Amino acid sequence: MATLLFFLLSALCVGGILGMILSRNAAYSALCLVPSFAALGALFGLLGGPFIAVVQVIIYAGAVMVLFLFVVMMIPLRPAPSFPKRKAFFALSVVLAACLLALIVLSLSASLKTSAAAAPEGFGGVGDIGRLLFTDLLYPFEITSLVILAALVGALILAKKKKSP
Amino acid sequence: MKDVFWLIPLLPAAGALGLLVFGSRLHRAAVSFVGCLTVLASFLLSLLSFLGLSGEAAAQGPQIKVLFDWLDAGRFSAGLSLQFDALTAVMALVVTGVGFVIHVYSVGYMRGDRSYARYFGLLNLFVFSMLLLVMASNMIVLFIGWEGVGLCSYLLIGFWFEKPAAAAAGKKAFILNRIGDAAFLMGILFLFVHVGGTEFRLIERTALDGGLGTGAATLIGLLLFAGACGKSAQLPLYVWLPDAMEGPTPVSALIHAATMVTAGVYMVARLNPLYSLSPPALQTVAVVGAVTAVFAATMALVQNDIKRVLAYSTISQLGFMFIGCGVGAYSAGIFHLFTHAFFKSLLFLAAGSVMHALSGELDLRRMGGLRRYLPLTYAAFLVGTVAISGVPFFSGFFSKDAILTSAFSAGRHFVWVLGLLAAVMTAFYMFRLLLRVFHGRERLDPEAKAHLHESPPVMTVPLIVLALLSVSAGYLALPAVFGKDLDRFGRFLGSVIPAGADAHVSLGTEWLLLLASTTVALLGIGLAFLFYGRPTVIPEALVRKFPRLFSLVANKYYVDEVYGAVIVNPLLRGSEAVYRRFDLKVIDGAVNGTARLTALAGRGLNVLQTGRVRDYALALLSGLLVVLGVLVL
Amino acid sequence: MIPVSWFLVLSGVLFALGVAAFLIKKDLLVMFLAVEVMLNAANLAFVAFARLHGLLEGQAAVFFIITVAAAEAAVGLAIILLVFRRKKTVKADDISVLKG
Repeated sequence: MATLLFFLLSALCVGGILGMILSRNAAYSALCLVPSFAALGALFGLLGGPFIAVVQVIIYAGAVMVLFLFVVMMIPLRPAPSFPKRKAFFALSVVLAACLLALIVLSLSASLKTSAAAAPEGFGGVGDIGRLLFTDLLYPFEITSLVILAALVGALILAKKKKSP
Repeated sequence: MKDVFWLIPLLPAAGALGLLVFGSRLHRAAVSFVGCLTVLASFLLSLLSFLGLSGEAAAQGPQIKVLFDWLDAGRFSAGLSLQFDALTAVMALVVTGVGFVIHVYSVGYMRGDRSYARYFGLLNLFVFSMLLLVMASNMIVLFIGWEGVGLCSYLLIGFWFEKPAAAAAGKKAFILNRIGDAAFLMGILFLFVHVGGTEFRLIERTALDGGLGTGAATLIGLLLFAGACGKSAQLPLYVWLPDAMEGPTPVSALIHAATMVTAGVYMVARLNPLYSLSPPALQTVAVVGAVTAVFAATMALVQNDIKRVLAYSTISQLGFMFIGCGVGAYSAGIFHLFTHAFFKSLLFLAAGSVMHALSGELDLRRMGGLRRYLPLTYAAFLVGTVAISGVPFFSGFFSKDAILTSAFSAGRHFVWVLGLLAAVMTAFYMFRLLLRVFHGRERLDPEAKAHLHESPPVMTVPLIVLALLSVSAGYLALPAVFGKDLDRFGRFLGSVIPAGADAHVSLGTEWLLLLASTTVALLGIGLAFLFYGRPTVIPEALVRKFPRLFSLVANKYYVDEVYGAVIVNPLLRGSEAVYRRFDLKVIDGAVNGTARLTALAGRGLNVLQTGRVRDYALALLSGLLVVLGVLVL
Repeated sequence: MIPVSWFLVLSGVLFALGVAAFLIKKDLLVMFLAVEVMLNAANLAFVAFARLHGLLEGQAAVFFIITVAAAEAAVGLAIILLVFRRKKTVKADDISVLKG
């Protein structure tokens, strides 16, 4: 049953990405990725990370994609052919990406059948993660909030329309 | 007190440095003062050191002062060391004494010249180099001085370098010197091989102990003499000396009459232990000297340029000095060097005075009757002419006679005859010069005549001094006929030059030889008066009778042209060819080609710099794959 | 259960797809999306390893990655906006100021 779920979710994920690649419209590309990220969130849940799963869905599928869509809408885009005119480049990039994949798989080939141990109860629960974040990983936590602040301010300033003199 | 001799070269060196670096910013008077003072100080120090030599000190051998250890490579070592003995004393006194007089003269002669400071700086530098040469205690330091005087000669001949003739003359002098120097250097090398070092004391000891074979001595002697031919303008390397007259006249007096050109003679005398071991080398020296003496004298007979007559005369007199050394009479040769320094520089300076009076004229044909206008100059020139012609009781007579007597008594009759021939011609052409310039009809250019004036005291006083010396110096070495042991000069040099080197003849023969020398001198003078004393047609008649012979001699036997065709031009054309075929095409080609290759490679690689992010990302990916591949596989 | 390595393979696939997408697409925005895809692939790998080793730190890492990625997306999009304003285009190939 879990296996089925896994393959379904994987299909959804990969399908979304393929949709992103294949569509000619930037808006469509962005939209294709939303279910993809959501499926990814579900996969996180499968792996015993309920908190992370929710965070992924809320932030990525929800906020980040919406942000993308906003920007897409701000920029008038002409639909472009998704396959570039430079055939050689295209071919080469596909080949190299495939090589990358091959390498990754190869490096994993040894452990292809390892199974995971049964997840302990409450593994990945909010409480556990929260404790971790506020004790051992307090510094990164606080600094991350600064990062967000900086990004906020930075994005605001960058995107502001210059007042004409 | 005795040990100050090493300061002698250093004073002019300091003067040269100061004047050459700062001179142009100094006032003229300061330059004159400094330039003359350093040489005067050197002269006084030389005098002091000379006086310190008298008595037992002379017998102990030379004093040596090592300034610092310079070269030390394996078996070879040479220090910068100076020495002071009798021979050095004579040379140093001549160089600094005559040098000082000429410096003073130059203050007047070079007044108004643009590069006044450079002149005195170079003159000081020359004095320094020459002193280094004569005070060296080994061949290496001698060679440094040898090269130094060659360099200064080049710089001073071409002093007015904007004149193409002067620049070319300087080059010619330097190149011919260099040819001789190549042989000289080889001689030094062989000296090191056969003797094991270049210190004079070592050479002397080795030669006396029999450590040097005749063959080796001959080889070394001939090679060194070849170098001397270049420096002292003997056959076949003499052609630079007449051209060197392009330089200022005081330079001609100092360098090309009294000092630099005598360096070769000094060298032979200094190495007399070596040369005495090699009869063939000495033979060569004597014969070359004799032939050169006659050869140069013939050319002096027909020259129309005052300075060129004197130049050929110098070459001829140097030949005499080498005759002296070549027959084993080294002290006679040095004695002639000594007296010649006085009367030849006197003649040059007087000629300079004439030129100065006539605003630079030097052609005989445009002079005449000048004794009325330039009495002092005339008197000086007369003294010099009489001295060089070998008129009895003047210095030239004693020194020339000493040489000729030695030649005869050594059994070298051929050389003796050549010497007599040269002596006749010397008397003849010198009096020809005197008569044409100072006597007879005036053939002056009216412009020049208008500005005619006797030279200022700063120029005439040196003339007087040199004239006095030309008269008196001869009495330092009287022939045996006048009494025993009157050769004070020879005795003084005895510590360096063994007295036995001079052969002896009977008193009667000596009187005859004296008579021969005198006759020869008077013959020459008489002929000169015959030809030029009153307006005659004899010279022109002779020219008409032997036109081809005349033009041959007048054109200096076309030696320069032959050298040009056989040596200079092929070399130039060869260089040109090498330049065009090799330097331009191969070397420049390689260098430029490398540059072009690099540029090409750069442009080739430039294709990768598209400025597009995606291309760079692709490159990144490729790199990543390579790294991962290495790690994984 | 499901072998963890399958998740890792999936992560690799997602990453490779992301790379391919980055190289293939010409639009700056879509290229940026591809970057997000790559980040997510990494997240998946993190979570998988967290499960494999039983360490919660992996999930904490994912937490941080998501946060920072969101911040980065905000700034990056602002920059893309600026680029558009300046160059009037968001085609990656049109922007070659660094050429040569």
